[in-house]
Amino acid sequence: MIEGIGVFDVLVVSTAMFFIGIYGFLVRKNLITILMSVELVLNAVVINFVIFNKYLYPEMLQGYMFGLFAIGIAAAEAAVAIAIILNVFRRMKGIDVEHVDTMKY
Amino acid sequence: MEKIIFYLIAAVIIVFSVLTVTSKKILRAAVYLLFVLIATAGLYFMLNYNFLAAVQLTVYSGGIVVLIVFAVLLTAHMESDLEPVGRMKSLFAGLLSIAGAGVTLFAMYSFPFKEVESSTGAYDIKAIGLKLLSYGDYGYILPFEVISVLLLAAMIAAIIIAKKSVSND
Repeated sequence: MIEGIGVFDVLVVSTAMFFIGIYGFLVRKNLITILMSVELVLNAVVINFVIFNKYLYPEMLQGYMFGLFAIGIAAAEAAVAIAIILNVFRRMKGIDVEHVDTMKY
Repeated sequence: MEKIIFYLIAAVIIVFSVLTVTSKKILRAAVYLLFVLIATAGLYFMLNYNFLAAVQLTVYSGGIVVLIVFAVLLTAHMESDLEPVGRMKSLFAGLLSIAGAGVTLFAMYSFPFKEVESSTGAYDIKAIGLKLLSYGDYGYILPFEVISVLLLAAMIAAIIIAKKSVSND
């Protein structure tokens, strides 16, 4: 653990990161920037896993392992999302969310 | 000393997170995201979680950011700015985010965390590998196998989806 830094201090950072990601998810219109916001949210969650493991249960490995798995799942999610975005760009000539309303209503 | 480095990393994380979601140029937003991810890896290094930090650097800032940059280069014009956000929309989204952060921070502040004093506690890679493939108590063979199938499925799906369709239209 970091000297002089409690668990709450790190949680403040990860909470700020999480809700900045939420803000970007609500505000942005471009699909790639929305994906970036989602990556911020996922990264904040991984920080939380790791911090809880280190500060509260340092002899166990759960948070560590699920941090690893969350990073792997984020990679898979980004790959599929970018494939979908490229396909949308090819069909709709743009990747703003307003362009993608064929299946609406 | 460690305190100063932690506050530095925290400042980098928060400032570049804000820049990621507010930047007008999309490629710059991707680079700011890269800075955030690298600072997060620095945080893991401070906690002595070296393997996790290495994974963060290779998979996140090496893989995902490169993927995002490629997607940006394939879909957007370099010079064009993103269209500005409506004032009401950004106001409501900001209020919602601040309210959510307030509620979460209040809940965390009032929760009695029992911090355990730990030794330096760097896990060596051997212990992690043995845990990852162990069937016994606190073994992670099931999630390990599930995620390997998931990664294979995601890889095939990404190829199929991004492939140029020949038949229709």
